[in-house]
This record gives sequence, C-alpha cells and structure tokens, in this order.
Amino acid sequence: MTNLGEHRRWIAGLLRGRGSLIAQLVLLIGLLSIPALGLAQETSSASAAVAYRDLPQLGGSRNLVWIVAQIHLLFAGFVLGVPIFAWVCEVIGVRTGDPRYDKLAKEFTKLLTAAYSTTALFGAILLFALIAFYPRFMGVLSDVFYASYLAYAALFLLETVTLYLYWYGWDSMQDRKGLHLTLGFLLNALGFFLMMIANGWATFQNSPVVLPENLTGWERAWAGINNPTFWPLNIHRVIGNVVLGGFICGAYAGIRYLSATTAEERVHYDWMGYVGNFIGVFGLLPLPFAGYWLTMEIYRYNQQMGITLMGGFLSWLFIIQAVLIGVLFLGSNYYFWLGLAYRTEGAERHKKIILLMLIVLLLCFGVWMTPHSLVASLQEARAIGGTHHPVLSVLGVMSAKMTAVNLMILISFASFLLYWRANKVETVSWAKGARVAQVGMIVLGALYLLWSGVYGYFVPAVVRVYVLSVSQVLVVLAVLILVTVISILSMRNARESGVLRWGRIPPRASYALVLNALMVILLMSLMGYARSSSRVHWHIYGLLEDTSPYAFSPALGEASAVMASCAFIFCLIVSFIFWVASLPSEKASGFEKAEPASAVVAGELTAR
Amino acid sequence: MNTRRGIPLLVKFVAVLVGVYVGVRLVRPPLPSSLVMMYMTLTVCGVLVYVSIYAETWQEFSAPLVELFRGSPERGGLWQGGRQVVLGLIPLLLGFGVYQKVTPSFTPPAEQRVVHPAPPFEVMGLTNPLQQRPDRLQEHLELGARVYFQNCVYCHGDRFDGEGHFAHGFNPPPANFVDAGTIAQLQESYVFWRVSTGGPGLPAESTPWNSAMPKWDTMLNEEERWAVVLYLYHQTGWKPRTWE
Ligand code: HEC
Repeated sequence: MTNLGEHRRWIAGLLRGRGSLIAQLVLLIGLLSIPALGLAQETSSASAAVAYRDLPQLGGSRNLVWIVAQIHLLFAGFVLGVPIFAWVCEVIGVRTGDPRYDKLAKEFTKLLTAAYSTTALFGAILLFALIAFYPRFMGVLSDVFYASYLAYAALFLLETVTLYLYWYGWDSMQDRKGLHLTLGFLLNALGFFLMMIANGWATFQNSPVVLPENLTGWERAWAGINNPTFWPLNIHRVIGNVVLGGFICGAYAGIRYLSATTAEERVHYDWMGYVGNFIGVFGLLPLPFAGYWLTMEIYRYNQQMGITLMGGFLSWLFIIQAVLIGVLFLGSNYYFWLGLAYRTEGAERHKKIILLMLIVLLLCFGVWMTPHSLVASLQEARAIGGTHHPVLSVLGVMSAKMTAVNLMILISFASFLLYWRANKVETVSWAKGARVAQVGMIVLGALYLLWSGVYGYFVPAVVRVYVLSVSQVLVVLAVLILVTVISILSMRNARESGVLRWGRIPPRASYALVLNALMVILLMSLMGYARSSSRVHWHIYGLLEDTSPYAFSPALGEASAVMASCAFIFCLIVSFIFWVASLPSEKASGFEKAEPASAVVAGELTAR
Repeated sequence: MNTRRGIPLLVKFVAVLVGVYVGVRLVRPPLPSSLVMMYMTLTVCGVLVYVSIYAETWQEFSAPLVELFRGSPERGGLWQGGRQVVLGLIPLLLGFGVYQKVTPSFTPPAEQRVVHPAPPFEVMGLTNPLQQRPDRLQEHLELGARVYFQNCVYCHGDRFDGEGHFAHGFNPPPANFVDAGTIAQLQESYVFWRVSTGGPGLPAESTPWNSAMPKWDTMLNEEERWAVVLYLYHQTGWKPRTWE
C-alpha cells in the first residue's frame, strides 16, 4: 500500500511540476519560430509554394486541427474562468473571515494548476499542426500578427510565473493576504490580455479589416486584432469561461461527493458543488445577451455571414444549441430545487411554486427549441403545406425565442432567490414591503417580456432587433439587479430560521452537476464550430480562400460526431488530470485523517 | 405504501404524458413526428424532474416500479398476473420498435431544406430603384401586377398564398407570400435575387434541384422584376425587412 502510494505520489509530482514547464517551453519555441517561418517563405520559393499538407491517415488535416483547437479552447476556457472565481472566493474568505472560502479558493486553484499545463500543451500541438498543415494560411496570419506573437509569449511567461507564485505561495502568504490577492488579480488580468490577443487572431478570420500600408508591426497587429467582432467575442468568452469553469468545478465536486467516504467530505463537496453550480448559473444569466450582441455584430459586419449562421445551413446548429441550453437551465434549476428540498427545513411549502416554475420553464423550453422550418417527411410536409407550420412557425421566430429565454433567465433567478432565502427570516421593519416589491418586480418583468414578445410580431424587424429585444434584455437585467440589491439590504442581520443541512442531498444532484458540465462542454464545441464554419470556404473571410480539399462544410451528422468526440476526449483528459490532482500529496489533504463518521452524523453535521 | 388516498403518482405521470401527447397530436395541420418526439422527450424529462425533487414523491413514484421489477411474493394473484403481463409486454414493445425501424418503407426520408440560404455577395446591398420614385408608384404597381398575373399566378395563386393551379404538383410548394415566414422576413434585395435566379440559383443546401421556382432574369427585365417585388409587398401589406 505504501509502495503504491509513493508511486502515485511520484506520478502526481512529475505531472504537476515538470509537465507544465515542458509544455510551456514547447509552446514558446513554437511561437517564436513563427516569424522565422514567414522569413523562410520570403527567401525560398519552394517552401512558399506549399499551401497545404495533409495526413489523411489521421482523418485529414482539417479534422485534426479542428479537434486539437477545440480541446485547447475548452482547456483555455477552464483555465481562464477558474481563476476569476477562485480569486473572488478568496476575497470573500478574507472579507468574511470564513476559512471555508479560502480552502475552496485553494481547491479551485489546484484544479487550475492541474489543467494549466495541458492547456499549454494543446496550444503547442495546435500551433504545430497549423504550421505543418496550413503553412500558407499561417504565413498570411503571421504577416499581420507577428508582433502580437511576442506580446503573447511575454504574457504567457508572466502568467505562468504569477500562477506558480499564486499557487505555491498560498500557504506561505497566509498572513500577507494583500500580496496574495494582488497576485491573483494579476493572474486574471494577464489571462484576460492573453485571451484578447488570441481572440484577435480568431476574430480577424471572421471579420477582417482592411489594413492600410505603411503600418509598423505593432500597429498592424493591433489594427487586425481590433476588428468588429473582437469586443463582443471577448465579453462572450469571458462570461462563457466562468460558466464553463463553474460547472466543471461543480461536476468535480459532484463526483467527489459521490465517492466521499466521510461525513466531512460529503459536507465539503456538497457545498463545493453548490458553489460551482451557483457560479455557472450566475454566468449563464448574462450569457445569452453577450451571444446576442456577438450575432448582431456579425450581421452588421456581413449580412451574408449572419444569414448563413442564423438562417442558412448552420441554423440547425441553433436548434441543437437551444436544446443544450434548455437542458442546462433545467439542470441547474433542478439542482437548486433539490437543494431546497434536502438542505432546508420545511421545504414542503415550496412545492406549489416549484411546480409552477417548472411548468413555465418547460413551456419556455418548448418554444425555445421549436425550429423555424421543420424537419418533416414528404407526407408530413404535404399535410402542413410546406416546412412552415402555420401555428408553430409563430414560435420559431426571434420574438418568441427571446421572450422564452428571458423568461427562463428570470425563473432561474427566482429559483435561486427562493433557495437563498429559504432558511432566513428578515429582521428589518420593511421586510414585508421588500418581499412584495421583489415578487412584483419579477412578475411585472415577466409580463413585460410576454407583452413585448407578442408586440414584436407587429413591428418591423429593425424595431424588433434594436428596440424590443434590447429592452427585454434591459428589463431582465434591471429586475435581476434591483431584486438582488433589495434582497441584500433586507436580509441584513436576517435571523436564520434553520440551518442548511449539507451533505444530505441525494446522488441525483451530483448527476445533475455532471450533466450540466457536459452540456456546457458540448455547447462550447457546438458554438465554436458554428462561429468558425460561418466563414464557409474562407480561412480569412473575403481575403484568403480555403483551396484545400477540406474547404467544404461537413454534413450536420459528421460535424456532430466530431464535436462529440471533442467533448469526449476533453472529458477523458480532464478526468485523468483531476484524478492526478486528487492523488495524495506529501501533505495529506486533511480528509484522509478525518475520523470516519456514521451516516447519522453526516446528516447532523451542518455548516453555516 | 400509499398512506394518502387519491390517484397514485405513477398513474398521474402516465396521464400527463398521454394528455400532452393527445394535445400535441390534435394540433392542425398535424405536426411532423420529429417535433412530436422533441416535445414528448421534454415532457418526460419535466415530469421526471418533478417527481424526483422531494424524497416522498420520489419514493411514492419509484416504489411501485421497484416492486414491479423485484416482485413481491405477498401480493395477490391478480397483481402477480398483471406483473407477468407487463414484464412480457416490455420485450414485445422493444421488438415492435425494432420491427418498425427496420421494415423498408417508401416514404422518402425527412428533409432539412434550408428555406432562406445566404444570398451571394453581389446581391446584398441592392436597393429597389423603384422605391426612389414614389410619384410613379401607381405606374410601377400596375407593371408589377401585370408581371405577376402573366407569370406567377399559376403557382403562387391569385391570393398570393401559394395556392395556384399548379401548386399541388410541386415539392417544396410555391411560397406563400401572405405567411409571416416568407417575404415578410426578407429584404427586397433578397426577394429580387430569388425572383431573378429562382430555383437554379439556390446554393446546394437548399436543394436547388427540387425547387420549381423558375429563373426569371432571362425572361423579365430588371425593372419588371423590381416592379413585381414592389407589387408583392404592396398587395400583402408586409414591409420589407430593413437594417438600420
Ligand atoms: C412553376 C411555378 C412557379 C412560378 C411560375 C413562380 N414561382 Fe416563385 N416559387 C415557386 C416555388 C416552388 C417556390 C418555393 C421553392 C423555392 O424557394 O425555390 C417559389 C419561391 C418563390 C420566392 C421565394 C420566397 C421565399 O420565402 O424565399 C419568391 C420571392 C418567388 N417565388 C417569387 C415569384 C415570382 C415573383 C414569380 C413570377 C415572376 C414566381 N415566383 C413564379 C414556384 C413558382
């Protein structure tokens, strides 16, 4: 046993310590060699002639790049998202003095360090694959962006150093929290800039801008980076990363909860799962707005691309997206409701309202996923008279969708509120008024959504897109913010009517957490594909045409298979990494030493 | 097991499913089975979510199922017989499903035609030149009407609803301009493109080989095509989609 344990520790140490360093070195070398590539092309005409290379044995260069890029992106999303809330958790820990938060933040960061090196590794593989398979494209891209490569490499180095200091200094800086928090902030800032640069490259492919001559290298790079879809993508990705990170941490906690052997562990991972889900939902609420903005910018940049994406052959992806998002909303609400039922006292009284919320949520989900043009057999189409169903096509248009998704956001928020206040009784004198105001605001918000949704059918598209939809978003945001503020104020010094009983939630809650994480991973793979393939047969839209044999858009089924493989491989690697991260280290994590407690104790053990 | 009197949860569960199914099937014209499938899956998930939130409901819901599969020796003969029947039905049902899947049928597979594909680049930004002359609107509308009733009415119908004499011979059927899903959603430039290049001008994802819509740019001049577009919007009351 000891022997085996030592062995595992050794593997863990190797992977944690040196693996990341090696991966980063590889990436750095790769990055620094790109400008050389450009040079080589100018001098030797033989190498410049090669536009593509292929490895058909491995399923073709395009699919290879696709999968590697997607996995890199999933990891990158995780690695960028986690430090955001790890840091917020740490801040909360410092401000409230509750050691649980500090411990949780550290655990998040542990997952982060474990995934960091793999992110870099896949970045390096992606880079090699691109240089090897798409030399002409990389030449053109490098010609615009070479200056930014240097910035990227520098930021990357700095981020790595900061991460190491942040992680390894966690315990030794316990009494210098100010410094540690600064490091954490720096880590996030560096990560954000890093992501921005890479976003610049990716968005330039979709929405390139004309670069005037006689610019310096830095000016060129910036002009290319600062293209029309750059900012929407930045915002969309930051939020998306938080969602991804939150739900993956939630799934991690869910799995640890399922395999927990002690009461203490159950309590801890139940709570961690709750926090992960909360972070995920919190990010999920504004995410549709960011996506809406991004799509709007794509339309504005090039209507053709917008139509391909939303109305053309890629529009089917949005039906799948709708289903995934719907499941995500349902899954996270389910988790809140389970929390309500098992952690709080007197949960029976919420039965009616939960049923109501569930029904509205399901109705919205139904509207949300009703396609605009239907998949119908010939006979069915005949019976309908085309693929536009007279009744249902009403639900297929944007007015209905926006209303449905906004309502789902409101409901999720209400679910959370219900859970949040379940064990608290306000002590302020205006508590009743506050409650009425909150319920009133949510109901009025919902009514406004319904009204504007219906009204949307009677106004021209411009009004619908730029006025009604935007107003819906603003109303929902306003309700979210106002109700939260009122809650915070009215719950000051609230009396706790009962304790939250952690560690008693049934296994299905953990499965819900895993399901949510899976949905987000699939969603990112799906929408990543949608954004990339909206360029159709262009490497850089309108500028550099894809003349490889892989310039075609794959059929929906094939594309789904590749996306599913991406998600699957990612899950495999993540499971492996988290397994490694949870291997016993020199310092036992504390749980190993804990006295095994009986299930009865588990129930009574309460936190907060 | 059931302390409370009333309808057992499992029965309610089935009743909800049946109710939704009947409701969805009652929609006229009938919904395609792909959609029915989606709605039913959603309903099943929703009901499962509901019964599994509270421990008591979950217990009430799952107990009869567990009992069914595990068997319960102390139950009476009727129950035992019923159990045998249900257990026997499950493989039969599965077998029937497999049979349905593998028997050859003559219905062509469901189609995913993209009704409104992205138009070619050159088309995007075109504006209707006739809109610039509001003073000559009447004249243009008359031209449009003439073009429509000489060329389009056979397919798209005299009420613009896609119910012309020939309409029933085509799949996909001629577009129904009164419906909110066709020209109401499109820009004038888009409609102009569709009239000009017809079915043959469609990109591959829109199955151009299926579309009976003729290519008019060899038969009508530009003014006539713009005029018929103007006329269609005027007659149906829709406003062309605009941006900005
Ligand atoms: C032979 C029958 C036929 C004739 C004649 C015909 N069409 Fe069509 N049209 C169709 C069919 C079938 C479709 C639907 C298939 C498609 O989109 O290509 C269609 C589609 C259209 C659309 C596209 C609507 C949309 O939502 O995308 C427009 C616009 C249109 N027709 C205008 C006209 C005009 C104007 C004329 C007369 C100049 C005309 N059509 C004559 C059969 C016809």
